[in-house]
Amino acid sequence: MTLRFASLAAAAVLMAAGPAMADLVVPHLSYRTGPYAPNGTQYADGFNDYFTLLNERDGGIGGQKILTPECETAYNTEKGVECYEATKGDAALIYNPMSTGITYQLIPKAGADQKVLYTPGYGRTSAKNGKVFEWVFNAPANYWDGASVAVKHMLEQEGGDVNGKKIALVYHNSAYGKEPIRTLQELGEKHGFELMEVPVDPPGQEQKSQWLQIRREKPDYVILYGWGVMNQAAIQEAANIRFPMDHMIGIWWSGSEVDVQPAGAGADGYKSLTFNGVGTDYPFYDDLKTHVIDAGKASQGGQYVGSAVYSRGVYAALIIGEAIRTAQELAGSPEIDAAQLRDGFEALNITEERMAELGLPDFGQPIQLSCENHGGAGMARLQQWDADEQKWSLITDFMEPDAEVLAPLIEEDSAAYAQEAGITPRCG
Amino acid sequence: MFYREAGDFKTTYSDDSQTFPLQLDRMGYYAVLAVAFLVVPFVIDDYWATSVMVPFLIYAIATLGLNILTGYAGQVSLGTGGFMAVGAYATYKLTTSFPDISILIHIVLAGFITALVGMLFGLPSLRIKGFYLAVATLAAQFFLVWLFNKVPWFYNYSASGQITMPERTVLGQLVTGPSVSAPAKYLVCLVFAVALAWLARNLTRGMLGRQWMAIRDMDIAAEIIGVNPLKAKLTAFGVSSFLIGIAGALFFAVYLGAAEVGEAFGINKSFLVLFMVIIGGLGSIFGSFAGAAFLVLLPVFLKNVLVGGMGWPTDLAAHVELMIVGALIVFFLIVEPHGLAQLWRLTKEKLRLWPFPH
Repeated sequence: MTLRFASLAAAAVLMAAGPAMADLVVPHLSYRTGPYAPNGTQYADGFNDYFTLLNERDGGIGGQKILTPECETAYNTEKGVECYEATKGDAALIYNPMSTGITYQLIPKAGADQKVLYTPGYGRTSAKNGKVFEWVFNAPANYWDGASVAVKHMLEQEGGDVNGKKIALVYHNSAYGKEPIRTLQELGEKHGFELMEVPVDPPGQEQKSQWLQIRREKPDYVILYGWGVMNQAAIQEAANIRFPMDHMIGIWWSGSEVDVQPAGAGADGYKSLTFNGVGTDYPFYDDLKTHVIDAGKASQGGQYVGSAVYSRGVYAALIIGEAIRTAQELAGSPEIDAAQLRDGFEALNITEERMAELGLPDFGQPIQLSCENHGGAGMARLQQWDADEQKWSLITDFMEPDAEVLAPLIEEDSAAYAQEAGITPRCG
Repeated sequence: MFYREAGDFKTTYSDDSQTFPLQLDRMGYYAVLAVAFLVVPFVIDDYWATSVMVPFLIYAIATLGLNILTGYAGQVSLGTGGFMAVGAYATYKLTTSFPDISILIHIVLAGFITALVGMLFGLPSLRIKGFYLAVATLAAQFFLVWLFNKVPWFYNYSASGQITMPERTVLGQLVTGPSVSAPAKYLVCLVFAVALAWLARNLTRGMLGRQWMAIRDMDIAAEIIGVNPLKAKLTAFGVSSFLIGIAGALFFAVYLGAAEVGEAFGINKSFLVLFMVIIGGLGSIFGSFAGAAFLVLLPVFLKNVLVGGMGWPTDLAAHVELMIVGALIVFFLIVEPHGLAQLWRLTKEKLRLWPFPH
């Protein structure tokens, strides 16, 4: 039995032999099934569509087509590792696995195989320190930035003083959800608020007891670090206990349309962080419509174009595209390998003018990376849900995180990793 | 014609009671071992090691472990995921506390620690049986996962609650960590799988195994003929957990390299291993391997055929894959409720008579 399966599988793998070497390969680890599919699908569509647009309109980047062979991970680490191994052949340049759990698996592997790992807004926060994490980039913002900006927003709302307030962190009980705890503890010490940790076991459809606890202890604010069905359940439960929605702030992964729509009018006023614009009011979408959607080449028919998570997929692809372009300029040839792409990332400089050129003015913050800084400025802004209009609107400008608190934490965590993995810090 | 006892004379009792009494079986067994040890390591690549062979061998060990408990001793357990987590966290704590001691020793020690934990959670089995015991072991599953999530000591206070395997060597060869070569990874798992299968096989046909089976078949009758249920049940829990603990340790240290308890060792893992036992065949060593092979290889195989070969969209392929695997499970259970091992047994019976069945 084993042998027969094995030989058949071997044949199948051979049939799926890799793409031509001349193309730029960006393996696309996506998830369109399982409890995280509602969000994962939209992100994957945005990611695909951006590269389809580049291929259709410009013939790729520097004349090289970009291939994004998809591999389904279902947000599952084992499947994610399988996908990585299946696609990591020589031509693969960069991975964006869109899962913190898979990222933790891939950080050491990508370093050993010399592949770039790009984890915008998720993954290991201390990967911002390029001195330790040579192959990992997490610009434009990370989880700790998010936590810090959320607290900043509370400070603004409370007139600069959150002393004695109680803030509940409702989090996905996994590597992802646990990330901000350290930061929030430190920030709590600095600003004098009390942190209440409320874990939700994944996938998190059932949160009655957690919200009962919140109802009993009456925190002043709730910060939500959820993903997939957990977001919908949390926002629904919050609406059920009539928690004031404008005092509930989600991380960017808890701020998509599918998260708030099930709660109907109850979700009105819910806030979430974001590091990218939403909606289709950008010149970019005209091109997308002409070259991709109307041509029938949009991923899944383009049903999610302009949604919050779709836009984030576009943004991730855009940054990868710009890094590839920078790498090509540095290398002086359109064909690049992963090491050259890493150099491209480290020289990446996306200005506001460049964003306008790409048809996405004021869509994201300027990003400038270096050998030391793999995480950018880490700014984020807030969006608020309007249940009547059924849309997100941006309510603040980009806010800077509290570097005074974050920098030492990143230094400490990356130093711990360097020691654990036996890495000598680089960059001179 | 070729596969038969005739002409295969035994002159000693030990010859007569060996594991593979038929010469052809014996040769087949040695041939498989020879290929596994002498051929595969030279041809295996990263994809085959990481995505096919290593998970197959590790799940086979876990299935063997659960098979001892459920198939041989008749105690249903849904705590497999939790016990694998004990093995994984024990390895992590041991190897980060004593980095100079060989990882192989740590993995075996992790097995013993899991055995103790398993015996502790096996205590209720003296009072409760059947479905009720399943619920009690389910409690073990949830308690252990909760424990490893809740107490930061177990994950060395890392910010994310993940445990990450440092690099370790055996005989100067890396066996864990990101840079480990495919043959090294495969061979470590293979050595453990073969050794533990040998152990399980010999335990189950010895006195201990007979006691387990007596308890399984009818516990009151077994007690009357002098089987001590306390000893039989607790040893079954202990040996089973030992194997599962080693599987968990390998799963974390060699296969994944980093793990998060809720995701890697959740209730799904318990069910998956239980399905492997049922599909492979209760109370069969070969069945443990067959069941693990079926549930590890089939999804990977289907994915490669549907997405790689036929170019289907990944989400459609993932859904169809679930349906096909599910349908095949139902099909096998209807056609052969005793699992793949029974199919294999029937095939051998038929082969003995072939080509003259009358």
